[in-house]
Amino acid sequence: MSQPKLEITNLQAAVEDKTILKGINLTVRGGEIHAIMGPNGNGKSTLAGVLMGNPKYQVCSGTATLDEADLLALPVDERSKAGMFLAMQYPSEIGGVTNADFLRSAVNAHRGEGNEIGLFPFVKKLNQSVKKLEMREDLPHRYLNEGFSGGEKKRNEILQMMMLEPKMAILDEIDSGLDIDALRIVGTNVTQLVKDREQEMGVILITHYQRLLDYIQPDFVHVLIDGQIVKTGGPELAKRLEEDGYDWLKEELGLKSLTLEADTEETTRPANIGACGTRQKLGL
Amino acid sequence: MEQVPVSEDYKFGFNDGDIGILKLDKGLNEAIVREISRIKEEPEWMTEFRVKAYHHFVNTPMQNWGADLSHLDFESIRYYVKPSERAEHSWEDVPTEIKDTFEKLGIPEAEQKFLAGVSTQYESEVVYHSIHKELEDKGVIFLDTDSALREHPDLFKKYFAKLIPYTDNKFSALNTAVWSGGSFIYVPKGVKLDQPLQSYFRINSENMGQFERTLIIVDEGADVHYVEGCTAPTYSTDSLHSAVVEIYVEKGGRCRYTTIQNWSNNVYNLVTKRALCEEAASMEWIDGNIGSKVTMKYPAVVLKGDYSKGTTISIAVASAGQHQDAGAKMIHLGRNTASTIISKSIARNGGNVTYRGLVEHGAKAIGAKSNIECDTIIMDEISKSDTIPFNKIKNGLSTLEHEAKVSKVSEEQLFYLMSRGLSEEKATEMIVMGFIEPFARELPMEYAVELNQLMKMEMEGSIG
Repeated sequence: MSQPKLEITNLQAAVEDKTILKGINLTVRGGEIHAIMGPNGNGKSTLAGVLMGNPKYQVCSGTATLDEADLLALPVDERSKAGMFLAMQYPSEIGGVTNADFLRSAVNAHRGEGNEIGLFPFVKKLNQSVKKLEMREDLPHRYLNEGFSGGEKKRNEILQMMMLEPKMAILDEIDSGLDIDALRIVGTNVTQLVKDREQEMGVILITHYQRLLDYIQPDFVHVLIDGQIVKTGGPELAKRLEEDGYDWLKEELGLKSLTLEADTEETTRPANIGACGTRQKLGL
Repeated sequence: MEQVPVSEDYKFGFNDGDIGILKLDKGLNEAIVREISRIKEEPEWMTEFRVKAYHHFVNTPMQNWGADLSHLDFESIRYYVKPSERAEHSWEDVPTEIKDTFEKLGIPEAEQKFLAGVSTQYESEVVYHSIHKELEDKGVIFLDTDSALREHPDLFKKYFAKLIPYTDNKFSALNTAVWSGGSFIYVPKGVKLDQPLQSYFRINSENMGQFERTLIIVDEGADVHYVEGCTAPTYSTDSLHSAVVEIYVEKGGRCRYTTIQNWSNNVYNLVTKRALCEEAASMEWIDGNIGSKVTMKYPAVVLKGDYSKGTTISIAVASAGQHQDAGAKMIHLGRNTASTIISKSIARNGGNVTYRGLVEHGAKAIGAKSNIECDTIIMDEISKSDTIPFNKIKNGLSTLEHEAKVSKVSEEQLFYLMSRGLSEEKATEMIVMGFIEPFARELPMEYAVELNQLMKMEMEGSIG
């Protein structure tokens, strides 16, 4: 089995004409766990959305490849089939569609026509995963995320990941809304999955908190501020951020003048200057 | 003159050639009404009743609310076609041509697997009809309505047109004047049928109206599920389907009436359906509207007895050139009566869906409870939806909840499903099928499967 490689080069992206990502460079290989941290509103979720193809974002420049696949050129479903997975911060609710029906369709979409999974192996795998994640036994028959608590939704994202076995999984704030037990369950399962799959799956964890990293030990920690990765380190970097916040880092990097809160950012920064939509119009 | 488009991909739009043995001229007058009654060898009271209804029809102006009926030309419609001499009781006697048509619709298989009894309507007359021995032993009557008039005249006369008089509306008058076929069901006291009774209706003659008349009587403590399925071949001029369905549910009885109509998209489908519930009785309308050019249909339950219960669960799907104007009526008269309406509408490709409903809590309906839920998905910018609920509460001790929701297939939901590898088409289909699931789960298995197929056919090509 081969070790996948996600390679992001100088990625720039905008939402509604406002540039969010200002040149991201990142390489993630199978077997590696990368944590991306940073204050709110600096582009972490945007990066996740852009890689998966959320139509909300416009890519301005740069590339993102997963092995041979040119991700940015593919529609969303093809990215999934190429091996990308995004555990979403706010998973959608789909009424009337059971988890089992949905998952089976998704698994079969990956396997392709003529190679559909048998009912028995599917049910077996689903039940095992439900058990590992300590979810309600009736999960397969419940509608997709409908009436789920925040924690159940997050666990359901991990369940889908376990069923689809992606090459590259992005977990976007998977720890928000989880109580301490659920955090442990999710954390140990992700860690185990990476271990079980040997070098076949890489993980990008987007998080604010060290507490998730107590269960999922990252190999690399990146700090994303103002649309760029400004610092990369090991697990100790996350610990320092947890203890001291981001001020020391801002100072170190000379980012003092920059307001890091998302709300104020919008009002203090001229909305269109530097937005890639504008740049494109001007031919820059 | 506006040309009605011919649908090219209509699945059941085959035509076996015209095999009607007897056809009356197009258009309607008193002589034709009398002729229909004469051919059927009806008792005089019925002949005169038809004639009275006919005059009422003529003297009633076209209603000015609801869907646009201005293109409906009563003179271009044939009001009676008799395909074979009489209702058949054995499959062997049914003409081959008719059998072939049913074969294409899968009727004989469906019968083997699911039917307890069959009453299959082809053109205006019931041609094939069988009652499972078990039903006969239980004393259940399951006949075409014409035979019921002959064989059970007293029972027939006691109930016929009592709940929906011909004066009710223009189309109940028309139906009463020219009715032909339909099902007649009587379930005796305490008899509960485990398997649904089914009937297949079908229009197969150009410009031919179909005016079936169904009468169901569920005696005290009895229980029946009647399933009516409709498909029609495609023609390029307008057809009219105008049925009347009357249902009486006696004390403690229960009736469920399931329909999925899939008329071809040139048919005017104007139907009056009403049920009367006595004490602690329960009536459920499961009503699917996928086909037709124009449908106006508002299944009603009159909750006369205390503690009686009415339910309507419906879907309406409108595509290009279609207007589904459908809904439900719940009239609460008795105390502690309860009603539930769940309406699911889908408008796509320029289609138009209207939910039109009436819930009334009478002055004596103390403790009445109603729940109304109307959800609509609009699939594109050119489609249209309206929700028109009337709620009349005439006492201070009842409760009514109304919830209405209009949504689009959201970009967010699509992104979510596609991020798991589903194509846009499959993801859309899944969201839509999930949307109508509260309806689909109420259907017998083979109908749920058929609905699935119909919906997939409907949704095909709705992307991009």
